[in-house]
Amino acid sequence: MPAVSRPQIDAVIELRAAAVRLGERTLWSGLDLTVSAGEFVAVLGPNGVGKSTLVKALLGLQSLSAGSISVLGGAPGTANEKIGYLPQRRSFDPDLRIRGVDVVRLGLDGNRWGIPLPAAHRYNRRARAAAARVEEVIDLVDAQAYAGRPVGQLSGGEQQRLLIAQALASRPRLLLLDEPLDSLDLPNQSAIAALIARICARDEVTVVMVAHDVNPILGYLNRVVYIAAGGAAAGTPGQVITSDTLSRLYGTQVEVLTTSDGRLVVVGQPEAPALHGSRHIS
Amino acid sequence: MVPQLTWNLIEDVRQALVFPFMVNAFRAGAIVAVLSGLVGWFMVLRRQSFAGHTLAVVGFPGAAGATLIGVSATYGLFAFALVAALLIGLVPSTRGRGYSEESAVTGSIQAFALATGFLFVSLYGGFLSGANALLFGSFLGITAGQVRTLLAVAVVAVVALAVIARPLLFASVDPDVARARGVPVRALSVGFLLLLGSAAAEVSQITGTLLVFALLVVPAATAQMWTTGPARSVVITVALGVTVTWLSLLIAYYSPYPIGFFLTTVAFAIYLLSAFLRHTARRAHSRSVVGAR
Repeated sequence: MPAVSRPQIDAVIELRAAAVRLGERTLWSGLDLTVSAGEFVAVLGPNGVGKSTLVKALLGLQSLSAGSISVLGGAPGTANEKIGYLPQRRSFDPDLRIRGVDVVRLGLDGNRWGIPLPAAHRYNRRARAAAARVEEVIDLVDAQAYAGRPVGQLSGGEQQRLLIAQALASRPRLLLLDEPLDSLDLPNQSAIAALIARICARDEVTVVMVAHDVNPILGYLNRVVYIAAGGAAAGTPGQVITSDTLSRLYGTQVEVLTTSDGRLVVVGQPEAPALHGSRHIS
Repeated sequence: MVPQLTWNLIEDVRQALVFPFMVNAFRAGAIVAVLSGLVGWFMVLRRQSFAGHTLAVVGFPGAAGATLIGVSATYGLFAFALVAALLIGLVPSTRGRGYSEESAVTGSIQAFALATGFLFVSLYGGFLSGANALLFGSFLGITAGQVRTLLAVAVVAVVALAVIARPLLFASVDPDVARARGVPVRALSVGFLLLLGSAAAEVSQITGTLLVFALLVVPAATAQMWTTGPARSVVITVALGVTVTWLSLLIAYYSPYPIGFFLTTVAFAIYLLSAFLRHTARRAHSRSVVGAR
């Protein structure tokens, strides 16, 4: 009786020896990463090192200078309707007079031409299904209480929940979140991390999250990508977030300490050299 | 025969509609109000009111220059406004997304445009009343041909806006995500500025180039104060615009003063009233919430 072979699972993301250059600087190189469906992956590293650039490469908005990349079985950028994207540090103008429920709806069909007919859901089955989906996804993130208010007036945590709902509206297979927790307070950080993990497990959505601090999500991670100036390492948290691996990655002595309640602290990692204007490139 | 205002409102309206040019004026006013309401709603959302004003002001030397060289002023108005829209849209912005309030540069451009317009007017022999009409609006002597032109441009613009409405809303609210989802954000920005240029040029024919704010900005800003649902606020914007325009036309018919003044005053009065009502409503609501604790 032959051994049961592992079923051929198409990798959701596959990077081989990938590298990115911006101008003369190589941001990161030698990245080997395979992400399967339903996994929760964190992209870590110091400020300005190129984590957002990895997300842009996955979306097809940034091309690699070396290596190969495939997303959802094809070239990046070809399957973006199946990807839910949350860009970094996005907060709405306080005077913006658009409701949360409209922002979520845009995630569902905002890229289709035409105008939404106002009372369409009364007689059009498709419009009814769309309205139901928006309500469903708002329930999923627990934002029913304030979804009807103008987004500009909501708090950071409330806006993030609505933006996650927007990213989920079109039932994506892959969620790309660029530092969704960085402007939130601690209780909101753990609540939203738990929400994302719940969605990841329940709907088999693959999540790639860029994070500043690994601790709020450490318990949920399958895989970690650690980016340093010029290089990158990928593997399970236990493999990558160790003093040995990080010291090798950075070329200098880096220590990973575990506190008594299980949190990890990385000491000694050098900050990335300042990349002029990187924050303002949209 | 000086038109006399009576206490009977219906009689006043009937008297105003006796002359064909007044009927044309009401038609033109309605067309302009609908177009400016729809385009202005997006303009206020995208915070491009300054751009709208600039495009209208730049139309003034266009109209004056066209008269100088013997071409219809309307063509000059549209040409300058559309070229300026293309320039604003295609010149890459150094920071942020799209046309932000670069006040130093655009303030200088506005001043230069006004000065050039006056130069053309004085070269033409200084038809000051004509300049007055160009700057502050006039509704006298609108021909049926002009109404047809206004209608044609408005129909094309509204249809174009209807086609791009959803992705334009997406690109205005959330440009990064929209771009990732395949919405052509840059092309839509340029396209919208062209629509804005045409709307500003159309509105200028009624309000004058300096007062387009009255119809482009004020109805949309008022509507967005009352409600946040997009469909409802668009409808309120258009309804407000048409009301303001027709009311101002009626008042201006019976008065020797320029229509631009009445348009601006009526629009602004409604805006102030709405702001005041909203403020007192919010105060009462918060007071009742505090009282209930």
